[in-house]
Amino acid sequence: MTEGLITMAYLVSGLLFILSLGGLSKQETARKGNIYGILGMTLAIVATFVSGEVENFKLLIPLMLAGAVIGALLAKRVEMTSMPELVAILHSFVGLAAVLVGLASFLDPSHGELSGTDQLIHDVEILLGVFIGGVTFTGSVIAFGKLRGSLSGKPLLLPGRHMINLVMLGASIWLGAQFVEQGHDQALISLLMVMGISFFLGVHLIVAIGGADMPVVVSMLNSYSGWAAAAAGFMLKNDLLIITGALVGSSGAILSYIMCKAMNRSLTNVIFGGFGTAGGSAATASEMEGTITEISADEVAEELKNAKEVMIVPGYGMAVAQAQHVVKDITETLRGKDVNVRFAIHPVAGRLPGHMNVLLAEANVPYDIVFEMDEINDGLPKVDVLLVVGANDIVNPSALEDSSSPIAGMPVIEAWNAKSVVALKRSMAAGYSGVENPLYFKDNTHMLFGDAKDTLSAVFSKLV
Amino acid sequence: MILVVPKEILDREQRVAITPGNISTLQRLGYEVCIEADAGVQSAMPDQAYIDEGAVIINETKKIWSQADVVLKVNPPTMQEAGWIREGATLISFAYPARNEDLLKSLGQRKINWLAMDCVPRISRAQSMDALSSMANVAGYRAVVEASHAFGRFFTGQITAAGKVPPAKVLVIGAGVAGLAAIGAARNMGAMVRAFDTRPAVKEEVQSLGGEFLMLNFDEDGAGAGGYAKVMSKEFIEAEMKLFAEQAEEVDIIITTAMIPGKKSPVLLTGEMVRKMKPGSVIVDLAAEGGGNCELTEAGQKKVEYGVTILGYTDLPSRLPAQSSRLYGNNLVKLVSLLGEVKKFSINQKDEVIRGALVLDKGKVSWPPPKVEVSVQSAKPLETPVHKPVKEKKSFFSPGLMLGGLCILLLAMGWKGGNEFLDQLTVFVLSCFVGYMVVWNVTPSLHTPLMSVTNAISGIIVIGGMLFVSGSNPWIAGVAIFLATINVAGGFLVTHRMLKMFRKE
Repeated sequence: MTEGLITMAYLVSGLLFILSLGGLSKQETARKGNIYGILGMTLAIVATFVSGEVENFKLLIPLMLAGAVIGALLAKRVEMTSMPELVAILHSFVGLAAVLVGLASFLDPSHGELSGTDQLIHDVEILLGVFIGGVTFTGSVIAFGKLRGSLSGKPLLLPGRHMINLVMLGASIWLGAQFVEQGHDQALISLLMVMGISFFLGVHLIVAIGGADMPVVVSMLNSYSGWAAAAAGFMLKNDLLIITGALVGSSGAILSYIMCKAMNRSLTNVIFGGFGTAGGSAATASEMEGTITEISADEVAEELKNAKEVMIVPGYGMAVAQAQHVVKDITETLRGKDVNVRFAIHPVAGRLPGHMNVLLAEANVPYDIVFEMDEINDGLPKVDVLLVVGANDIVNPSALEDSSSPIAGMPVIEAWNAKSVVALKRSMAAGYSGVENPLYFKDNTHMLFGDAKDTLSAVFSKLV
Repeated sequence: MILVVPKEILDREQRVAITPGNISTLQRLGYEVCIEADAGVQSAMPDQAYIDEGAVIINETKKIWSQADVVLKVNPPTMQEAGWIREGATLISFAYPARNEDLLKSLGQRKINWLAMDCVPRISRAQSMDALSSMANVAGYRAVVEASHAFGRFFTGQITAAGKVPPAKVLVIGAGVAGLAAIGAARNMGAMVRAFDTRPAVKEEVQSLGGEFLMLNFDEDGAGAGGYAKVMSKEFIEAEMKLFAEQAEEVDIIITTAMIPGKKSPVLLTGEMVRKMKPGSVIVDLAAEGGGNCELTEAGQKKVEYGVTILGYTDLPSRLPAQSSRLYGNNLVKLVSLLGEVKKFSINQKDEVIRGALVLDKGKVSWPPPKVEVSVQSAKPLETPVHKPVKEKKSFFSPGLMLGGLCILLLAMGWKGGNEFLDQLTVFVLSCFVGYMVVWNVTPSLHTPLMSVTNAISGIIVIGGMLFVSGSNPWIAGVAIFLATINVAGGFLVTHRMLKMFRKE
């Protein structure tokens, strides 16, 4: 195939990717968007296949087949509740692939043929690709560990960690300068050292971020994986890779920004903040007036039956307990009894942007009764019963009322405005932010302790 | 401590600060309650009712002022009343500090603590003390009653032996507390009600009261900071005026509620629109005090222009005195309770409700209060934000700085880089912006699918691997291909699986 045809094929697949992202921004067009993405990818791969630049099919085809099968299996097997982990680990693959492509590009004989500014640019591109890829790789692995729970969700803060970051960054730049200057063999060592530093930096950056900030981290790594691909595009002089990388990079960046805004924090604060370490100590017990009233599953069922308006606020607890299906059963039953059941989703509920929506969709809850925080906050006083299913910080009134609270200023679902609140919770432990929640002490709040799935099943059995 | 309630002496004021029902609460707090004779008569609360609850009636105006430790009132005191108040007393009433500077000075000289009911911060905790909202509620209801009084027809449609009666059509502009109350009242009387508000978020509330929400075909949200409506763009206002002009020809009654305390009310109905209304129509302008939403409104007056009755009454809550007094009294007593029992009476400025309401602190002007964070509550009348809500943290990366830095960087690259590199850079920068534009409006429920699809797409790095797999290090490239393919297949398939689950009813 001629080079011109290839270029055009790449262009078309770039356009398809743009359409894909555009489609994904609306519910109605989302499926079409995914199909555009698949088409774009297929076109790109086929075009590369027939371009004449690929010869080693014996190695290539089995590897691709194996990758595709494994990917398909992963996609099929994954529980919707562990979606965040899957996304995180997939990011790490892109990161590692970018590192490898960078190395391959450096080791390729064509590398030696460049000179002058061209070589300088090419070297910088390789460095960037390897560096960003490295941070993405290990960072995603750590995020994966934290999300799975195999690593502690608590931020691990080394003393002088900003200094460490700076020193590592400085060292990378110095090594990079060496790399550009040196002859081929020595340069390889410098490159490998930069790679090592970027691996460590990825670990160090993400280890310091608390579990509650994971939605931001995941979307940030998403962004990084895009930039890594774009850097690879620069070094290969391949426009498609540049376009795609830039698309993914900016999309991830926007998502991170949206998440940060939902927590009323800046991106720098999330990345370098180490949540809860600066300012405002956790609310002290003395500020907690009132007592906790417990409620039984029977009583909850009774309350629900007599309500006209019910609002359900799901949180990470629902994901952990896998309670989305019984939540859906309760919803259906109540709607059958002419109770208006709706859902209120906080932008950072769960551990992944949009996590709750996916879980509810999995349980077959229609998306038109699922609302965003801003849409429902004003209507809450009209709600008869509000069920908080394993959410904590996102319904914490201190965010609005206590300016010394670490979560002060974060927009929250104003659950306490409902006529009656039932909070499902495993124990009285504080949420990820470590802040006490005065909601539980309010007069109109009742607590239903236990695993959300068990307690809700009990409620459900009393409803029917 | 002696707590007194003087009779309101303002012209046409019929309310009283507290009702007999509030007295037991005040006594429980330890107050000795004195009421001026006839204070509640116009609110249908005779002296005997207060006496029955244990209050003392005092007949002499000056005496009641001079012995008070705490004075509860509806309106701000007149200059004369301010001369009677005992030095160091605590006064709780509406204050409107922005337009009562002389009064602040005069009361200040007497070392008064003045808590203003109209300055209670609008946070969730203080909702029970929000007298502005309770008065707006009354005003909205009364506006409908006044309108029906001036309107020569039924509100409800009927088919009778004597002919068919069409239902009245009512337009309510501004769906704050007053507007919503008006919608509910007019709807209950059988009228067809439509409402307009610059904030699309209140649509549901309008509908829940049986009103029809008029939408502008215009993409601008009027929800300003802290749940207040903000000033809209010029184009929006034009579109809005066009809608009003169309509606004016069609509806029988217009109730406007767009008021901005301390500022001139926006003009929403021009004389021309009034001229086009059907004869016999009625306009009730709740914003009359601030100049009115209708050009022709005269504050406090009823007038007829082009056959249309225009009511600019500014004393609507007072025209429903028993109800207003009851609600206001409850608001007032909630605030008094916040000051604690008599034995521990203190004006605790650490309490943000008290701090917000306190306009005079032992004679020192303490208004406006330092900024506090206000809960985001939208069902409030159209008012300018008094407090700055949720503080936006200033990001280190301000847009200007970013853009400037980007330009410098690009220029520097243009100076040094080769042609081919610059072509790539162009593609890169443009793609970043395309990505930004395309993704910006993604609905939150699709965040996860979007992320998994971008994940799959970033597997495009497989191309990079493919280009090197025939080179000198096939295995390095091979591993890259393997990993990237997992990504491609996994990402797309899992997105597909997720999207299949989203369904609509």
